[in-house]
Amino acid sequence: MLKLENISFAADGKEILQNVSLTVDDRFVAITGPNGSGKSTLLKIIMGILQPTSGRIWLDGEDITELSITERANRGISFAFQQPVRFKGLKVRDLLELAGGKGKDGGARFAHACEVLSEVGLCAKDYINRELDDTLSGGEMKRIEIAMAAARGTKMTLFDEPEAGIDLWSFQSLIQVFEKLYQETSGTIMIISHQERILNIADKIIYLKDGVVLEYDERDRVMEHLELDIHPGTCAVLQKYQENCALGNGVR
Amino acid sequence: MDEIQKNLLKEVAALDTLPVGAYNIRSNGQSAARNTTASIDIVTKEDKPGIDIIIKPGTKNQSVHIPVIISQSGLKEMVYNDFFIGEDCDVTIVAGCGISNCGGEDSRHDGVHSFYVGKGSKVRYIEKHYGEGTGRGKRLMNPTTVIELSEGASMELETSQIGGIDDTLRVTKAKLAGNSSIIIHDKILTEGDQQAKAEIAVEMDGNGSTCDLISRGVAKEKSFQEVVIGIDGNAACSGHAECDSIIMDEGVIVATPRLKATNVDASLIHEAAIGKIAGEQLMKLMTMGLSEKEAEEMIIRGFLQ
Repeated sequence: MLKLENISFAADGKEILQNVSLTVDDRFVAITGPNGSGKSTLLKIIMGILQPTSGRIWLDGEDITELSITERANRGISFAFQQPVRFKGLKVRDLLELAGGKGKDGGARFAHACEVLSEVGLCAKDYINRELDDTLSGGEMKRIEIAMAAARGTKMTLFDEPEAGIDLWSFQSLIQVFEKLYQETSGTIMIISHQERILNIADKIIYLKDGVVLEYDERDRVMEHLELDIHPGTCAVLQKYQENCALGNGVR
Repeated sequence: MDEIQKNLLKEVAALDTLPVGAYNIRSNGQSAARNTTASIDIVTKEDKPGIDIIIKPGTKNQSVHIPVIISQSGLKEMVYNDFFIGEDCDVTIVAGCGISNCGGEDSRHDGVHSFYVGKGSKVRYIEKHYGEGTGRGKRLMNPTTVIELSEGASMELETSQIGGIDDTLRVTKAKLAGNSSIIIHDKILTEGDQQAKAEIAVEMDGNGSTCDLISRGVAKEKSFQEVVIGIDGNAACSGHAECDSIIMDEGVIVATPRLKATNVDASLIHEAAIGKIAGEQLMKLMTMGLSEKEAEEMIIRGFLQ
């Protein structure tokens, strides 16, 4: 169980998150909201990549606020970045084996790496020995990033906009990755998404705007308040929050 | 051979036992073991220190190991090894030098390797430099490699020096005839106050010749590295040079790519980059459970892989 207590974050004199308090004890939680609402900041604070200006974070009853990224990773938090990082010289297998290799011998590590690659729609034979450098496209890097986070199989996996940059790969496959992770780990998945199809499989949805949690409830209840308008081919979802519309504040 | 010498041999040539095929092991200035085969002969030079390695035309899938190890503090030597590779061969040559210096005097190995590669032959050359020891005496190496590739010949060189050598000047010069090709992968890591300089110069004199020179360096602590990569295109040829370096701590790196074309059909490219390890790379590996130091080591290991 993850608990955030009055988390605030400010940078360059701007309040990005304001007194966010949440308890996450569901299996699949989606975070949505307009650009600049603080979604990525919130996930980075959970991972320890950013330190909150104030507030505490608890994981299964332990205060992890002061713990480093490494310590949090070893306590069972994984993170898939929105913009995957490239490495000259390191191969896909090096990182996948690092992600999923704990307690496995060489052969099992390799087999597991191949399996997770196939799950994200990449032929293991063609990709396992590729370098994670500029020779891979943005879409390929993104799938490998998702595979790495999923391969760790930890009790909490954070995905920052996994759908962004996923081009030709079927969206259904991406959802299958989350479903499999959901089934195989007894952990929690938190996903930042603008995609209705991802929001639709969440147990709960957090709606953030201007650094404030405006809604955090069962999926259907939040979805009632969100008006989603999908633009085919762009993966973009224009979100209107009914309350804002009613107040005449317009759209995001 | 004692344990120190055996360990040096393992480090520079990955040898636990005597290799299969032809070999000449030079230990503390003497030939310690030698084997020749029906198609590969090794002859001691009479006018200067060193050996001639003569590979008969048509020799395929054979290897020659010629490691040099020095465990005697204060030993200084200059060795000339010449390789005469006949036409239509396909061979692997494993060289390398390991110095263990636990004494107070400098140990030094300077070597000149000359390759004359016959028409259509294919050569893979692996050279590794290694140094160890806690003595105040320095470990010094200055290898020079001179290559002449005949029509249609190809050579691939993998050279590496991962720490341990205090001062080095490595010179590699190659001349390429028509349709010949050369690939050089050079890797270097320096630390402490080590100094390393590398000069690679390739002259492409024949039509259809190609070269690909890739240098990767990591300079840690107060070490200094300088790499000069030069390609001369004197025919209808294509050449590519890449110097890529990671700088750390108070290290200094100087990278100089140089291209010269004397023929309108020469196509030459160079790329050079120096930078520190990106913070986001460290962060990514830390989210996978590595400490910052372990992440740094993994990034460097990959970069020099």
